[in-house]
Amino acid sequence: MRPFLYVLSFLAVIASGFWAYRENYATQEALKQVSRLNRDIASLREGLTLQRAEWAYLNRPDRLRDLVVLNFDKLGLLPLEPEQMGNARQVAYPRPPAPPAIEGATDTSATPGKTRPAAAAKTDKDFP
Amino acid sequence: MIRTPLRPLARILSARARGENPEAIERENLRLRHEAMRDRARAMAEGRLVFLALAFFMVFGVIGARMGLMAATVPEEPKSAAPGAEILAQRADITDRNGRILATNMMTHALYAQTNDMVDPARVARELVKIFPEMNAEDLQRRFTDGRSFMWLRKVLSPEQMQKVHEIGDPGLLFGPREMRLYPNGTLAAHVLGGASFGAEGVSSAEVIGTAGIEKALDARLRDPAQAGQPLELSLDLTVQATVEEILDAGMKMMNAKGAAAILMEAHTGEIVALASLPNFDPNNRPSPLVQGDPSDSPLFNRAVQGVYELGSTFKIFAVSQALELGLVSPDTIIDAKTPLVSGRFRIKEFQNHNYGMIPVWDVIAKSSNVGTARIALQVGGLRQQAFLKSLGFFEPTHVELIEAPGAKPLVQKRWSDIVTITTSYGHGLSASPMHLAAAYGAIANDGVTVQPTLIHSDSHPVGTRVISDRVARQVLDMLRGVVTHGTASYAEVPGYDVAGKTGTADKARRDGKGYYKDKVVNTFASIFPADDPKYVLVVTMDEPVDTSGPIPRRTAGYTTVPIAAEIIRRTAPLLGLPPRAVPPGGEKIDTANLE
Repeated sequence: MRPFLYVLSFLAVIASGFWAYRENYATQEALKQVSRLNRDIASLREGLTLQRAEWAYLNRPDRLRDLVVLNFDKLGLLPLEPEQMGNARQVAYPRPPAPPAIEGATDTSATPGKTRPAAAAKTDKDFP
Repeated sequence: MIRTPLRPLARILSARARGENPEAIERENLRLRHEAMRDRARAMAEGRLVFLALAFFMVFGVIGARMGLMAATVPEEPKSAAPGAEILAQRADITDRNGRILATNMMTHALYAQTNDMVDPARVARELVKIFPEMNAEDLQRRFTDGRSFMWLRKVLSPEQMQKVHEIGDPGLLFGPREMRLYPNGTLAAHVLGGASFGAEGVSSAEVIGTAGIEKALDARLRDPAQAGQPLELSLDLTVQATVEEILDAGMKMMNAKGAAAILMEAHTGEIVALASLPNFDPNNRPSPLVQGDPSDSPLFNRAVQGVYELGSTFKIFAVSQALELGLVSPDTIIDAKTPLVSGRFRIKEFQNHNYGMIPVWDVIAKSSNVGTARIALQVGGLRQQAFLKSLGFFEPTHVELIEAPGAKPLVQKRWSDIVTITTSYGHGLSASPMHLAAAYGAIANDGVTVQPTLIHSDSHPVGTRVISDRVARQVLDMLRGVVTHGTASYAEVPGYDVAGKTGTADKARRDGKGYYKDKVVNTFASIFPADDPKYVLVVTMDEPVDTSGPIPRRTAGYTTVPIAAEIIRRTAPLLGLPPRAVPPGGEKIDTANLE
């Protein structure tokens, strides 16, 4: 029994040594990859900063103003002015559609138009 | 353990037989037993002490060894615990309120030479001069060969220049990475940003430090590695700033002025939306400051913050505000504005020797009467006037976040006699910067509560102290509106926006202190818009303007700064998102009757 335990523990030591060896190299590889990625991130960040700076440089108001003047024929851009802002109430809405025209001849003389002013006058008197 | 009996029978019996006392045997044995016990306990205690000492020795040994190791080795960043954000320990960006970049960093390279490794110094010197015309070949060659081993050649290189230096191909020319501060908008907001330069320089890096403006004032914040990822958000609006600078520049040229400044500030928060000072400079290539002469001749001079001028009639509203607040007058009280007003040996007169006679308080402001204001100020009294101006911040530098601000202390008379009370009431004898004026008009626009001008965009702002009641603030605003509708600032009438404001024309004080120049003025227009619900304060100042469009040169603010300010309001108000009030067709009539 005892020799068997000795052999077993010896094997266990070898196995754990092998495992530690592999872990060590895996860790080192992971660390290298992290630093590689960090370098990549740094260079991408640097690129991003540069792109942002270039974007800001290309969009600087001086240049845009010059471009607007240069391309006025094509774009016709003008500075924003108060007249360009408005209120919804200032918008002229389309007229409501006219009622459908009455087809055919209409007998206007037969309509009881003459009674209308009298009726109106009566109403006015009732409600001064 | 075999226990030895204390009274062994054999010895007792033999002792008894001998007639000795057996107790002695027992005591003897007891003594021996106790001695053995004592020895055992001592050995055990000694063992424990030794063990403890050993343990302590090992622990301290480990700590000491670790300390020695740490002290002896070169510091190294832990590889596994470096998150990506802090890789570039760079200076934080500066953006406007909409996140548009005002200042950022760019990677570039510095050029240095290690002369020990240099193969052909003469050729290198010749080739370098071809790339950098400002260098001198003989000088370079002398310095390459005079025994020094290291020298800087250039602080920053463009990629093309770097390529050309590479093509020289000499192993003695080396590059060090550099982070360079870049202002992509050129001269825009130059006086706010200031500039940056290199501090301590090493081969592999150099620190970037602010040299002026907000770069220097907030240097610690911008360099803080913990906040490097978050840009510093200014209250400026790039578009509005560009528009203000464009109009101010055109106006300055049109009015033949030496310089001009404009401040556009949010009335309720004190956030400065635009701050311009002309002439300006390019912070990427900051000119060196003047060593002699008038500092205001340098483009580096920030007129809006550093320019301490007598601001003229713009001050009149403060005397009137205070009199209203104290209940001494109402807007319709009739004031005796008959000229001249005699105080001691001084005679106070009006502009162009007008005589306004008896006029109401609102007309004192609209006509800008010196005598009327002086009478009101005398009613208020010097002590109270001083306290009021102090509460508006006219006695100390502004707290705006620029390194130049603390240096611009207003010039205040030491002895506050009656004549000082009179002259201060119409803006002479007390010099302050346009920023002070903007802050004070901000208090009127903010319903009588002071505001702190700031360049930092933020959600919360300190609550100011109340200097006048909201009722008085309303009355004062109506009076300022009157200045525009039928007073000295009628050119400030902007269709769709009700502008309220006050003009100020002050003779420029001579630099030698001997009185004033005859034909040099500082014109100021301080305005608030829209008058019915104040949102913004605009202060425009021009240094030595003159309007030569008419037959006689005109130097009053009504003809010089007011049209410029009106144009600024007309162009920036839509950009600020202020919708215009509906205007009757044909526009509004401009009354030019009282333009002084």
